[in-house]
Amino acid sequence: MDQDKVKQLKQHEAADPPTGDCFRQGALAAWPICLGFVPIGLALGVLAQQAGLPAWAMAMMSVLVFAGSSQFICVAMLAAGAAAPSIVLATLMVNLRHALMSSALAVHLRGVDRWFLTLFAYGVTDESFAVNMARFRGGSWSRWSALAVNQLPNLTWIAATTAGALIGQFIPPGALGIDYALTAMFLCLLVFQLQSRLFVAVGLIAAVVALLWRWLIPGDSYIVGASAVAATAGYLLKRWREGRR
Amino acid sequence: MSWLDYLLLFAAMGLVTYIPRWLPLLYLAHRRLPQGLIDWLGFIPAAILSALLAPILFSDPASRALDLGKPELLVAAPTLLFAWKTKSLGGTVIVGMLLYWLAGKAL
Repeated sequence: MDQDKVKQLKQHEAADPPTGDCFRQGALAAWPICLGFVPIGLALGVLAQQAGLPAWAMAMMSVLVFAGSSQFICVAMLAAGAAAPSIVLATLMVNLRHALMSSALAVHLRGVDRWFLTLFAYGVTDESFAVNMARFRGGSWSRWSALAVNQLPNLTWIAATTAGALIGQFIPPGALGIDYALTAMFLCLLVFQLQSRLFVAVGLIAAVVALLWRWLIPGDSYIVGASAVAATAGYLLKRWREGRR
Repeated sequence: MSWLDYLLLFAAMGLVTYIPRWLPLLYLAHRRLPQGLIDWLGFIPAAILSALLAPILFSDPASRALDLGKPELLVAAPTLLFAWKTKSLGGTVIVGMLLYWLAGKAL
């Protein structure tokens, strides 16, 4: 099939209207993310409440900034009395990695209209990204299902963080291993990505580079830095192997 | 902080969060990408997840130096095995939380 036919096909797929089935499939893929977001969101709400944020401010932050790790950092910085510009800068640094994720997602959203992309971008997180990439690679994953995977955890997140700020003081710290929800989620999402030994190699390189980079350089640049180094290594390894055949 | 202070702070944070998610999608979805770039981007998920996980499992939060004795790492082994065998995200989150909670009780 030549490139233009592929493009036509993609555009035809892109024109597919949303159906209830798309939403159902998206919800089935999204529920584990939602489950993981409940304890993490509650934990964030508790911390925010302890840092002196009113519950309405917590809700406002989750609606405007759907990005867990930078919200944790924001709460910690507010508690430490940091100025607004430095909080915004930290947010930018932590969330730059999503530019890489959106670039990777764009490969699977070729020719999709800009309004959809504008709505879709709002819900791109580490978790929804990893789930959607695995599904897109498996084929026959509708963009509407992918949108549901982005937005259902978002609604869960807003509800969980707000609830945490409201009822947080009744939850003892570390109860039921809530601190580990995000780590367990990342571990499983990583397993989804390891499709061949090449991907395992990329994961190992990223881990080693991240540890070294984070040890040597202050701040959070290690996330984007180590990811770019490891992906480049993976690309070179792939080309080298193809060249040997 | 007043209502307006919060709104301005969160709106600015929202903007710097949204733009890196939005611009690459908007720009790249309407370009024909070279195969090399597509391959490179295909490695990004595994790379980012590893880069996020490695410090949680292997390094001391304060000094950022290597630490191979963290309960996070101990619990990661059976959690990873469970994820590998079942491919269940929800199950892995529950099992990981339970094991970490038990490890906290035991250690």
